Amino acid sequence: MIAALGLVVGIVLGLIFRPDVPTGLEPYLPIAVVAALDAVFGALRAFLDGIFDDKVFVVSFVSNVVIAAGIVWMGDKLGVGGQLSTGVIVVLGIRIFSNVAAIRRHIFHA
Amino acid sequence: MPDPHHLAPESAPSGRRRLLDALTHARRGRGQVIVAVLLAAVGFGAVTQVNSNDHDATYAGYREQDLIDVLSGLAGTTQRAQDELSRLQATRNRLTSVTQQRQAALDQAQSQVDVLAILAGQVPVTGPGIRVTITESTDQVDVDTFLDLIEELRSAGAEAIQVNGKVRLVASSSFEQGPDGLFVDHQLLSPPYTVDAIGSPDALYGAVEFARGPADEFADKGADVDVAKRDKLNLTAVHPTQ
Repeated sequence: MIAALGLVVGIVLGLIFRPDVPTGLEPYLPIAVVAALDAVFGALRAFLDGIFDDKVFVVSFVSNVVIAAGIVWMGDKLGVGGQLSTGVIVVLGIRIFSNVAAIRRHIFHA
Repeated sequence: MPDPHHLAPESAPSGRRRLLDALTHARRGRGQVIVAVLLAAVGFGAVTQVNSNDHDATYAGYREQDLIDVLSGLAGTTQRAQDELSRLQATRNRLTSVTQQRQAALDQAQSQVDVLAILAGQVPVTGPGIRVTITESTDQVDVDTFLDLIEELRSAGAEAIQVNGKVRLVASSSFEQGPDGLFVDHQLLSPPYTVDAIGSPDALYGAVEFARGPADEFADKGADVDVAKRDKLNLTAVHPTQ
């Protein structure tokens, strides 16, 4: 309940303040958001499985975001930032799909 | 992964029940707060990204490589536009030169038409020349002498010749001796004869007045010849078109 409220509060805050993304962070924010979504879906799946642990969630969330942004940053330094960010998005997308599939089985039993 | 259908009955409580329970009962706890904070961060970040993606039309967020790609794309477009431009300019130049050539040919043809119209006696002419006046004193002017005069004038470059203000001489003009005058182009002319010739006055004057020339010939045949240079002669007679 509080978690869902937190999500709503975050969205509302974003809509109210409409902050400008710093130029240096601009390539990494979309990747970080997708990585965080992956962590959130993973956590939801774990919660439905009954094995949710807040410590694991925090660690996986932070490490997902940091590693995704770090990979893209490294790719930018190596000159393959565009391709690497595409690769990261693909991998995270696959993970999100499999997590959502598990969540769907729990909720709809189908 | 085990089939949830088989697991659902014995695993208590089920995932769905747990979710409903979590959504309907607000339970305080360190875990709940941390999850709320992280979810708030996700929502905030996602909305921020969507916003910046919506109104960010500049190239500020582009990577170096993306900017280079955009730049080279623009360079290619510029190159293609330049090629197109020079191709069109070449076409325009070609068309212009064709038009000029056609205009030049037209001008040349027009000036040729003018010259031929003068030579054929189709148009009135004005210009410098000489007026030769032949007055019979003792004898009738005979056609050979008259023809000699005309030939000399033509040799000296007379562009247009007119006799007595009535007959314009052309290449096909005929001369015939008449009872008391000359038939020129079947038209009877009676003395005194006035021959107007347009051309260089000095050359024409010399052509008439040289020793043993037409003037002397007329004098031998008993006629008075008067040659006068004129700065401006009007030849109004035209040769009738066939």
